[in-house]
Amino acid sequence: MTSQHPEKLIIQDLHVAVEEREILKGVNLEIGRGEVHALMGPNGSGKSTLGYAIMGHPSYEVTSGSIEIVEADGNRRDILAMEPDERARAGLFLAFQRPMAIPGVRVADFLRHAVSNVRNPERKEGQELVPMKEFRGELKAKMAELQMDTDFARRYVNDGFSGGEMKRAEILQLAMLAPRFAVLDETDSGLDADAVRLASESIARIGGADMGILIITHHEQLLEHNIPLKTHVMLGGRIVESGGPELAAELHKRGYERIRASYPEAAAAEEAMAAEAAATA
Amino acid sequence: MSVSAPTTAFDVATLDRMLADAAFPEWERERRRQAFDLLNGLSLPDRRDENWMRTDLRAFKPSAWKLGGVAAGSHEIPSGLLEAAIQSAGGGAEAFDESLRETRCSRLAGRIVSIDGVVQTEELDEALRQQGVVFGSPERVLAEHGDLVRDLWFGVIESGCDWFAAAHAAFAQAGCVLIVPAGVKIADPLHLLSAISPGGVDFGHVLVVLGDDAEATVLTETAGGGPAGTAGGFHCGGTEIVVGKRAFLRMVNLQNWNTGVWHVARQKARVDADGNLQWTLGALGSRLSQVAQDVALAGRRAHAQVNGVMFTEGRQQLVYNTLQHHEAPDCRSDLLYKGGLQDRSRLVWRGMIKVDQVAQKTDGYQRNDVLMLSEQARADSIPGLEIEADDVRCTHGATSGRVDAEQIFYAQARGLTADEAARLVVAGFFQQVFDRITIPSVREALAGAIGQRIRRIG
Repeated sequence: MTSQHPEKLIIQDLHVAVEEREILKGVNLEIGRGEVHALMGPNGSGKSTLGYAIMGHPSYEVTSGSIEIVEADGNRRDILAMEPDERARAGLFLAFQRPMAIPGVRVADFLRHAVSNVRNPERKEGQELVPMKEFRGELKAKMAELQMDTDFARRYVNDGFSGGEMKRAEILQLAMLAPRFAVLDETDSGLDADAVRLASESIARIGGADMGILIITHHEQLLEHNIPLKTHVMLGGRIVESGGPELAAELHKRGYERIRASYPEAAAAEEAMAAEAAATA
Repeated sequence: MSVSAPTTAFDVATLDRMLADAAFPEWERERRRQAFDLLNGLSLPDRRDENWMRTDLRAFKPSAWKLGGVAAGSHEIPSGLLEAAIQSAGGGAEAFDESLRETRCSRLAGRIVSIDGVVQTEELDEALRQQGVVFGSPERVLAEHGDLVRDLWFGVIESGCDWFAAAHAAFAQAGCVLIVPAGVKIADPLHLLSAISPGGVDFGHVLVVLGDDAEATVLTETAGGGPAGTAGGFHCGGTEIVVGKRAFLRMVNLQNWNTGVWHVARQKARVDADGNLQWTLGALGSRLSQVAQDVALAGRRAHAQVNGVMFTEGRQQLVYNTLQHHEAPDCRSDLLYKGGLQDRSRLVWRGMIKVDQVAQKTDGYQRNDVLMLSEQARADSIPGLEIEADDVRCTHGATSGRVDAEQIFYAQARGLTADEAARLVVAGFFQQVFDRITIPSVREALAGAIGQRIRRIG
């Protein structure tokens, strides 16, 4: 069946508060399936908050605006009405900047549960998991592609992982869950140059034409194999400028001075947010 | 066996009736009379006693209980969790590692079932019987093999240390005795189910004796009684374990009473030179538990691994006093207790490693980890060391944690529901101790039962 409508993740005028402090002040963003977008911006500008809001973190309260998926049949699905796990089953994914450790739970067992739920969104707890044999084969193949040792699957989820191992584990989960839309929050941090290159290649291969990806990064290298259709710059809780890959290169080289000078209102918001954060810290 | 009419309390008439009914040897009758005399001189422990200061016995009334059993067959016997797991073994969770596939036992070498202190079933493999293995109810074993057990029956645990110990020593009923002759290795587990009816009483006594070089696996479990808010039930038990030289015993005791049952138990193991004991306590049930679990490393190079898996909820209150007593040189003891607490429940662990002057090169370890699933639950971990030797390595540790909302969100972001995520986090918490339980069906029975109890974490 050919789809009449390209599948899209659409974020409109999104306002998000954490403990009653507004972090996002009206974000608009549209990502089509198969597109790569880069999201850059200084620390504290709200990039991670956007990722959490998309995934439905309970501490991030959406005060107004919408997040929707446009389905192939043209129907719009309200993401904000869903629990985080329902969002994952609807095809959303967040690669965490700081993944959580779950001691005692093996990567393989965790992923088998995750894969079973995401591939069969109607699955209820206690119902059959994906068959072990099939799962084992698939996991081993994906790990080989990512040049990960099979031993990794036996370790406890993120427990005692180095920064680099955590990021690779996030990419492995991305590969296994094959979402429609993924936010990768600084998946390059903690990786050395070779590992970033491998990550960049892997993400390109995993994503292909089927995944809409929002890459949050401070660096250019992750984008090497994932040339962004658009680069967005976030400042003071808003996307203030969007451009092509050349914008990412510029920001990487020159920093955010030009952006701050061009958008004094957002720069003022950035300062106010930083002061507020310092006061409540 | 005839069944006595229920009588009240722990009086001399009850004792006389018990002695008249059973075919005990004379030494056993004398032992019980002495224990009864001890009992008469004791009152219930109070909070001035260090072992009992965290145990709330105010609502416990000895006069509320009737010894002597119900009429057999008048109550359905509740099923045992471990027994069910063994019988359904074969399926189970698949491991990611094909190499980790374990041989699973799906049969029992022997089984004993009692309800309210009345034995209903006694079975033992004929082949084992011919090898000299004795497994049966104490009433039968003491009558038929009295001389074999005379020195060990109530020779390991103390009878006079408190009211409950003395009451148990005088009125012990049902339970089991296992004697494995030197060199005999039993592959399949032996199983004891001690059940009670709602409001019922169990005074079961367990004696396990492994001769030199013997091997066995013993699973004991409890079930039944009434829920919290009813008469519940009363268990006053004792367990004695003797592991001979180079012998290996895997012992599992699961306390799975209904939530209205009072559970008081005194358990002690003695491990001889080069002997090896792997002893796992599981506790899910009871209204109040007070358990003394002692291990004596009595011969050189003896080894004991002690595992505890506790999950409490509602207003349950479980108190454990453990002792790892190093009486000989070069011994190792390693205790790991893990507890999960829900609702307003309370869990107390007080552990002691005691090292005698002769016990040089002792390697002793004790650790207690608790996971709090509610703000109202309370756990106390009180490790202790008492060391008289000068060349030892004794360490202890304790941790207390909560299920982290960020862990739940992380798992939810991967498609697990909040409930699934909570169960996974709790299962992970217990994994370290499950890894040490080498009997897959026991591990799965415990994990499954704990999983069922976990509600959404708030």
